[in-house]
Amino acid sequence: MTEQFPDKKGHFGIYGGSFIAETLMDPVRELQEAYERYRLDNEFIAEFEWELKNFVGRPNPLYHARRWSQELGGAQIWLKREDLNHTGAHKINNTVGQALLARRMGKKRIIAETGAGQHGVATATVCARWGMECVVYMGEEDIVRQAPNVFRMKLLGAKVVPVTSGSKTLKDALNEAMRDWVGNVDDTFYIIGTAAGPHPYPTMVRDFNSVIGKEIKEQSLEHTGRLPDSIIACVGGGSNAIGAFHPFLDDKGVELIGVEAGGDGLETGRHAAPLSTGKPGVLHGNRTYLMEDDAGQIIETHSVSAGLDYPGVGPEHAWLKDIGRVQYVAATDTEALDATHKLCRIEGIIPALESAHALAHAVKLAPTLGKDKNIVVNLSGRGDKDINTLADIEGITL
Amino acid sequence: MTRIATRFAEASGRKLLVPYITAGDPDLDTTLALMHTLVKAGADVIELGIPFSDPMADGPIIQAACERALKNHVSLVQVMETVKRFRETDQDTAVVLMGYMNPVERLGYARFAELAADAGVDGVLTVDMPPEEAVDLVAELRKHKLDSIFLLSPTTPDARIELVSEMASGYIYYVSLKGVTGAANLDTQEVAGKVAHIQSLTGTPVAVGFGIRDADSAAAVSETADAVVVGSVLVALVGEHGAQPDVLHSKLFEIVNGMRLAMDAKAGAAA
Repeated sequence: MTEQFPDKKGHFGIYGGSFIAETLMDPVRELQEAYERYRLDNEFIAEFEWELKNFVGRPNPLYHARRWSQELGGAQIWLKREDLNHTGAHKINNTVGQALLARRMGKKRIIAETGAGQHGVATATVCARWGMECVVYMGEEDIVRQAPNVFRMKLLGAKVVPVTSGSKTLKDALNEAMRDWVGNVDDTFYIIGTAAGPHPYPTMVRDFNSVIGKEIKEQSLEHTGRLPDSIIACVGGGSNAIGAFHPFLDDKGVELIGVEAGGDGLETGRHAAPLSTGKPGVLHGNRTYLMEDDAGQIIETHSVSAGLDYPGVGPEHAWLKDIGRVQYVAATDTEALDATHKLCRIEGIIPALESAHALAHAVKLAPTLGKDKNIVVNLSGRGDKDINTLADIEGITL
Repeated sequence: MTRIATRFAEASGRKLLVPYITAGDPDLDTTLALMHTLVKAGADVIELGIPFSDPMADGPIIQAACERALKNHVSLVQVMETVKRFRETDQDTAVVLMGYMNPVERLGYARFAELAADAGVDGVLTVDMPPEEAVDLVAELRKHKLDSIFLLSPTTPDARIELVSEMASGYIYYVSLKGVTGAANLDTQEVAGKVAHIQSLTGTPVAVGFGIRDADSAAAVSETADAVVVGSVLVALVGEHGAQPDVLHSKLFEIVNGMRLAMDAKAGAAA
């Protein structure tokens, strides 16, 4: 199954594809050919692996959260510590891979979109690492909400461009980055931060993040002698989840669960859960599930976590939902915040609010399973970036 | 023969003028009145933009127009109803709907094609739907004798020009520069060379748009192009004078008619 998808044009069933304006068709074709060539190139793979080990700090641990497992009174919970990567999240796996590809394609200028700023920081980091020009598009609203990450990007030498159109958040930053790319196709490489966009992005971002699932596999065998019973990951665009899930798609005994941002609750309509409530449509270069109104206009999303605040989702997730291989659920803001506090106090780990959605589902699942079962939660990022948000919610001024 | 084909067939040396405005900006009644003004000023085909929340291929001017239209929740169905009202008094001017896929996806291809044909729409251009993905949509449009219009760009290789040409009907829209709508760096000589090359590969008429902003650039492009598309400069006028209908109509007439006269003068001089 894993080798069959996507097809040559990037389709996962009816999802994916390349829905882009004509001016981008040729640069996207150039990227498809470059990726086709280098994904199987031994020298490229060796360099990517060297960077993951020596620059990113992989492999990161699969950590047994014993105290938390005991408190929940059911299955054993294991945390895949992507939060310990350089720059504090899984995002760097992908930016390292795409930057290496950009270098081989002779592109000197890198552009990216960012919501919470994690992908922007990870992109600015690799641009500094290889001396490339870096321009990051970020919604005006997000620039205010995520000031520390904006400053980090600037420290790393990136130019951060405020986006004032539409809802002034992640989706609009993506629109603006696409516009930049259309106007600068000759020298510019667009590093998309999630497993969405026109083919080959969903596949490429998945492949660069699949190191997460491969390590989970090895480390599970090492620690427990078998594969985990369940793997839980949060899903915004879905890059950390697809990276964790993909190496397990053929292991039918492993239950895979993606957790979307339930915001104020699915019943309120104020959330960011297209797989749970949306319909298939076309946005940002691919066909996938979207949050939209009856007329097909994209609607604003709501989540306490800026990184999940996106109206679409990667096309492979849409397909995995339809074929039933992955189960998609949602966790509300409140559930995610509760799980954040639990992990801080019980395990001494401050999780990113995005990852806390996956933790929140583990809180529901673990007590229903026996103590001999193993649940892996992908702890996709650390929560240092969220301390302002957490303090605000508690009415504290830092 | 479709209305678009008729306009090209009857042009006899004269080049077609194709103004674009965003439907529902600032409201649909204004759009309807502006369509008639565009015809009086010399339009052969009107491209009517379907407002979309995320117009990725458009610059800030058309993006702002979409936002103004969406404040009133203007929908694709309402845009087609407006074309139907336009057809009550105009049977000759061709109308092309231009926009993004998602509103069409939501309505469903079959329903969309049926409603569009019933309203008197002549052609459809969805900018984020390349021919490779468009087989099903084109089939539905053909059932209703609607033309499928596709884009070509300066980066399109010859093999793709032939592929696009096979699926396109009505006209092919050559995007004259690498950039979004309303960008300013148009080189009319380079465009002329490229258009002549495209014409050598296809029998379908070639329209040129993106970056045409005045009578001079329209006339220059019309030397080789079969049709000239002008959008952002008109949409900017709507944005500026939307609240003053008289000023808006006279300014819009003035610029479009100026292009018409300059293009006709160029055609006359050539003949």
